Amino acid sequence: MRHVISILMENEAGALSRVAGLFSARGYNIESLTVAPTDDATLSRMTLVTRGSDEIVEQIVKQLHKLIDVVKVMDLAQFSHIEREMMFIKVAVDKNSACEAVKRLSDIFRGNIIDVTDKMYTIELTGDRSKLDAFVNALKDFRIVEVVRSGSMGIARGESSLRV
Amino acid sequence: MELTGAEIFVECLKAEGVDTIFGYPGGAVLFIYDELYKQQDKVNHILVRHEQGAVHAAEGYAKATNKPGVALVTSGPGATNAVTGIADAYMDSVPLVVFTGQVPRHLIGNDAFQEVDIVGITRPCVKHNFLVTDVRDLASTIKKAFYIASTGRPGPVLVDIPKDITTARCEFHYPNEITMRSYNPTYKGNKRQVRRAIDLMLEAKRPVLYTGGGVVLSGAAHELTEFTRELGFPITETLMGLGAFPSMDKQFVGMLGMHGTYEANNAMHHADLVIAIGARFDDRVTGNIEKFCPYAKIIHVDIDPASISKNVKVDVPIVGDVKHVIIDLLEELRSREERPDASALADWWKQIGEWRKADCLKYNQDMNAEIRAQFVIEKFWELTSGDAYICSDVGQHQMWAAQYYRFNKPNRWINSGGLGTMGFGLPAAMGVQMAFPEETVACVTGDGSIQMCIQELATCTQYHLPIKILCLNNGYLGMVRQWQEFFYQKRYASSYMDALPDFVKLAEAYGHVGMRIEKPSDVEGALKESLIMKDRLVFMDFITMQENNVYPMVPAGAGHNEMILV
Repeated sequence: MRHVISILMENEAGALSRVAGLFSARGYNIESLTVAPTDDATLSRMTLVTRGSDEIVEQIVKQLHKLIDVVKVMDLAQFSHIEREMMFIKVAVDKNSACEAVKRLSDIFRGNIIDVTDKMYTIELTGDRSKLDAFVNALKDFRIVEVVRSGSMGIARGESSLRV
Repeated sequence: MELTGAEIFVECLKAEGVDTIFGYPGGAVLFIYDELYKQQDKVNHILVRHEQGAVHAAEGYAKATNKPGVALVTSGPGATNAVTGIADAYMDSVPLVVFTGQVPRHLIGNDAFQEVDIVGITRPCVKHNFLVTDVRDLASTIKKAFYIASTGRPGPVLVDIPKDITTARCEFHYPNEITMRSYNPTYKGNKRQVRRAIDLMLEAKRPVLYTGGGVVLSGAAHELTEFTRELGFPITETLMGLGAFPSMDKQFVGMLGMHGTYEANNAMHHADLVIAIGARFDDRVTGNIEKFCPYAKIIHVDIDPASISKNVKVDVPIVGDVKHVIIDLLEELRSREERPDASALADWWKQIGEWRKADCLKYNQDMNAEIRAQFVIEKFWELTSGDAYICSDVGQHQMWAAQYYRFNKPNRWINSGGLGTMGFGLPAAMGVQMAFPEETVACVTGDGSIQMCIQELATCTQYHLPIKILCLNNGYLGMVRQWQEFFYQKRYASSYMDALPDFVKLAEAYGHVGMRIEKPSDVEGALKESLIMKDRLVFMDFITMQENNVYPMVPAGAGHNEMILV
């Protein structure tokens, strides 16, 4: 089963590689990983998406806790939560008809065209994973030049929060 | 007053009460060595002959004293040579602080002479590690290193110090205490779980205590013994746990696992309640996990939450320090009116008595034939009344030492359990002998293992360490050969140790006493003689039966009830 794990950790050199190293050393899989400092500059917030049985994910959470740089861990699967991912997608629009069609699809998906040339549109799109997948799929008749996805970020709904 | 990094380093060791460190100098740590030279009356530095030896010696020191061991090595190859010892300490939860020199900061990442990313290399096998990037952080980093290494589930912590940090200056202030928001080990067990655990113990018909290295690390041998006697349950110990409960006590059913006793493994298999304390359900203990303890509920006490339900699903988890938790368990037990089920226990002991009749550790020493390794260990145990520090290497001799040296006290059995590091024994014995100069310290080894760190015989000469080396020489990598005999149709691929040195001459070349013992009737005399030579290292090369096997055995893939007896 897919789990979104939120990690609050010390914003220190090597902290990221401790987390990444733990996953490779113990044979856990990482579907996506995204990390940046928080409002408190000494802390980084990481969202890591993994797959595994409940036992494996329980073990992953415990092993993460065990890392000295990790302050808090939250398995968002146990909370009502929101998940978003951001994507940049660069599409070739060298045929006349393509400009309009790509613009229309982008509007339907509430994307923003953030860079334009005669031959290329670059679209920014935010949403959950399946929405981004659907958009990529919708553009399959066009020539996709580049796809950049941030990986999922997650946050629990309501009162639950991950703070020191 | 401002101090240099090297001066701060030595001040920190003094503040931590470190009196002995094990190390090997090199370019990156020259300023530190210079300071150690100036303060040699404060911190005793033991010069080993290979960095692996430094770390194993620090481990031996730590395992015998429960204080953190300290090693100091240079950058590059000095650091990489230390990795085996660090990994060994990680697997066996040994409190260790290892200092490595590093190239100056401006050269880091430059492929400089003797540069390696040791923080990166050791990341998967340390409890934590640090690269010091500012001399003002040096003292607090060292404080953290000792704190992390010796609290919670202990483990090795590495501190990498660039050379220019050791000459940089700053005000020295050593923090008395340190708090880390990301590291707060749990010591007290949950009260409700403690009550549930006692409920299960009072209901149990066929209970067994299964205890491990955590009891020794926590210094809880006394509490465990009291608790076990109060319960009247049988107790088995893992390889790492030996000595926590007196081996000669009738409640002790022996070690469990791959080379455990028939009674211990059968008790585990048939138990309706397993009380695991400071043990981690290692694969060498459980055998086939599908067949492990099929009838039992499991209580698991461990300071490391990640050890709980890692390999085996647990019914009552108690996260906490073993000593604290046993004290709470004992208090809870004594507060109850009920007692453990005496009639069920009587039946259970009767059943265990039946298994004991198999006498699974029996062997026959024909006094006119070759020496059996088991006989050497048993004689040594008799002559030392079970009170010696036994430092073992890895292989058949390790299992025989575990089976035939009946430990009555904790911290006396010093071996490489998790990583299984050949070459551990001799340097570990040096660490123990440094900690306890007056005690009998023995290294039980084989003709394979001893050659992995044999250079340390020179260290023993330099520091007059009167270790008794019992080399159980069978001309083979015995455990490898045993597996080849059982599972590879006796194809002894590369397990025969051809071209063995003359160990007697070798010992003598280093300035020690060497003996070769070839007849069973000479075993006792040689051991006695070695014990009389209190101030000499004695290398006893016992020429033993070549194709001797460790029994009993749970073969790979089998359950505890499927042992090979002989």
